Amino acid sequence: MDIFFKYLIVFVVGGVFCVVAQIIIDKTKLTPARTLVLYVCAGVFLSAIGVYKPLAEFAGAGATVPLTGFGHLIAEGVREAVDEKGLLGALTGGLSATAGGIAAAIVFGFIASLIFSSKPKK
Amino acid sequence: MLSIIIFHLNKLILKDVIIMKKQEYVEYVENRAKKSPLIKDCFFAFAFGGIICIIGQIFRDLYQYLGINDKDAGTLASITLIFIACLLTGLGVFDNIAKIAGAGTLVPITGFANAISSQAIDTKSEGYVLGVGAKMFTIAGPVIVFATLSGTIYGVIYYFCTLIWG
Repeated sequence: MDIFFKYLIVFVVGGVFCVVAQIIIDKTKLTPARTLVLYVCAGVFLSAIGVYKPLAEFAGAGATVPLTGFGHLIAEGVREAVDEKGLLGALTGGLSATAGGIAAAIVFGFIASLIFSSKPKK
Repeated sequence: MLSIIIFHLNKLILKDVIIMKKQEYVEYVENRAKKSPLIKDCFFAFAFGGIICIIGQIFRDLYQYLGINDKDAGTLASITLIFIACLLTGLGVFDNIAKIAGAGTLVPITGFANAISSQAIDTKSEGYVLGVGAKMFTIAGPVIVFATLSGTIYGVIYYFCTLIWG
C-alpha cells in the first residue's frame, strides 16, 4: 500500500506540472520552447527560495523528471559549489550538476542521427 | 404600397435574424473550439506526464535497489529516460505520442531529449558539423543558456547573502 501511495504521488505531481504547461501553451501564445525556458527558470527560482527541495523529497521523480527539476538540480549544484569554493561556484556548480543529463542528450542524440534518417512528415 | 412596406420590413427582420444567428453560431463554434480541446489536452498531458514520471521513479528505485546512491540513481534514471526518448524519436514513435500527449511529453526530461535528437536527425543532410552539431541546440540551447544564467545569478546572490549573514 505504501508503494502504491508513493507512486500515486509521483503520478499526480508530475501530471500537474504537465497540465500547467499545457494550459500555458493553449491559453497564451507561448511556444513550447519558451515554455521549457520558463519552466527551467521557474525551477531555479523555486529551488532558490527553498520550495523545491521539500517537493522533490515528497514527490520523488514527480518533481525531478519535469524540466523544473533540471532547474532545481542547477540551483542545488550552484549552492553546494558556492559553499565549497565561494564565488567561483556560481559559475561551476550549475553545469557540473547537470552534466550527466546534458551529455547523455548530446551523445544519444548524435548516435540517433547516425542510425536513423528523418521520415517524411505526414 | 402596403405590401411593399411589409415586404421590406420582412426583409429587415429576416436580416436581423440571420445576423443574430450568425453571431450565435460564431459564439457556439468558439465555445466548442476553445473548451473541449483544453480539457482533453490537459487530461492527456496529465496522464502521459504522470506515467513518464512513474517510469522515472521505477528506474530510480531499481538503481537504488542495485546499490547505487540516491543522487547517482536519480541522474541515471534521467539518463535512462533520455535514452528511451532518443530511441523513440529515431524510430518515429515519439512524434505520434507527443501529438496526443502535448505537454505531457514536452515538460519531462523526455521533451528536452526529443528536442535534441529530432533536430539532430532532421539536420543530418546538412552535414555533421554545421548540421547536426550546430542545430541540435535549436530548442535545447535556449534552455541550457537561461538555466545557466539564472543559476549563476542565484549563485552570486547566495554568495553575498552568506557573506552578510554568515
